Amino acid sequence: MMTIQNYVRPQTLEQAYELLSKNRRNRAVAGMLWLRLTGGSIQTAVDLCDLGLDTMEETDDAFVIGAMTPLRKLELAPGFAAYTGGAAARALGDIVGVQFRNLATVGGSVFGRFGFSDVLTLLLALDTEVELYGAGRMPLAEFAELPQTTRDLLVRIYVKKTPGNVAYRAVRIARTDFPVLTCAASRLDGKVRLCVGARPGKAMVLDLTEAAAGGLTPDTVKSLAEEAAKQILTGSNSRGSAAYRSHLVRVLAERTLSQVGGFGNGD
Amino acid sequence: MEIKLKLNGKAVAGSVEADTPLIDFLRQKGCYSVKCGCDTSNCGLCTVFLDDVPVLSCSVLAARADGHAVTTLEGLQEEAADFVGFIADQGADQCGFCNPGFVMNTIALLRENPDPTDDEIRAYLAGNLCRCSGYEGQLRGIRAYLDSRKGKGAQNGN
Repeated sequence: MMTIQNYVRPQTLEQAYELLSKNRRNRAVAGMLWLRLTGGSIQTAVDLCDLGLDTMEETDDAFVIGAMTPLRKLELAPGFAAYTGGAAARALGDIVGVQFRNLATVGGSVFGRFGFSDVLTLLLALDTEVELYGAGRMPLAEFAELPQTTRDLLVRIYVKKTPGNVAYRAVRIARTDFPVLTCAASRLDGKVRLCVGARPGKAMVLDLTEAAAGGLTPDTVKSLAEEAAKQILTGSNSRGSAAYRSHLVRVLAERTLSQVGGFGNGD
Repeated sequence: MEIKLKLNGKAVAGSVEADTPLIDFLRQKGCYSVKCGCDTSNCGLCTVFLDDVPVLSCSVLAARADGHAVTTLEGLQEEAADFVGFIADQGADQCGFCNPGFVMNTIALLRENPDPTDDEIRAYLAGNLCRCSGYEGQLRGIRAYLDSRKGKGAQNGN
């Protein structure tokens, strides 16, 4: 279990940022999951719970999600569910259990850039930006590629309401286990994207806009899925081999792209 | 550090380390229904309500609970008594170790959704693991409780 010397609840973003910048062993605390599984030593745990970042707002053109918004709140948000056509519920609903999702935060899932993250896979398929304290906004795809430092402070996540649709599927050995593979496809404002996570590495994004320029027909989708299985790098772990994962990439890509193309239900 | 919180409706205070999990604090306060099953944020056995929201107390720092309300099964005996008999009638418990977590999360489910479908029950309780029973007994028990409640409602003309 990780050890923590001090615990602080800053009341402003500025205080939190200062504390995180002061010492490399100071760490932001959000959902607190896997406390007993995580090793290491924290000088000061900077709990972000008093910063008012646990709310989600829907504006005319975006969903503004505070970094401390629990996954359960995102799962139950009717506007987000409608915008994603049920993909959000599919991506979030099998993450451990309700009690876990009441603690786990959207910001923690994004900031952690975990390979197994259903949340990161879904958000990368959407038109998503992140806001870092001091550094401002940047596309999530750009943020996902940055190395992790303890000094960045993720404040909000913006999912723009770009017109289009998205589909999500994952394969798990058991319902509440980590996924063997996650897959999200989207067509937003004509741009077609395929995101594959739990490879087991962090989610990879393929821009298929050009390849799908002629439209997403059954034949196009089949060839796009075959191509995705070649391009997406997979590896092996206790949940599945690289070969099995590559097979799943083809299957889930075909299903999600078919749904996005309007001629399949994703199953 | 000193923390103060409301535990099962009563004000309590205590001294904790910065890394003390809430489950350890609650057991120190005599709430032995809160048990550690997995230590991996996975089994649901340590479920408590933090400001009426079900959470895993193995995954919450006790310090986070400072100034908040925590409810354990000890504080919900009356609400639990309504349906635990139905679970027992179905033989759903064998060793009974997972029972407090199941009961806590079932109370949370029924507060949020008083008339759930079987699929909604399964989805809500998916984070509560049981090594003995295969879950069907718990599902039948909850269903029997809901059916009996509907029956009573009908008898009362509601």
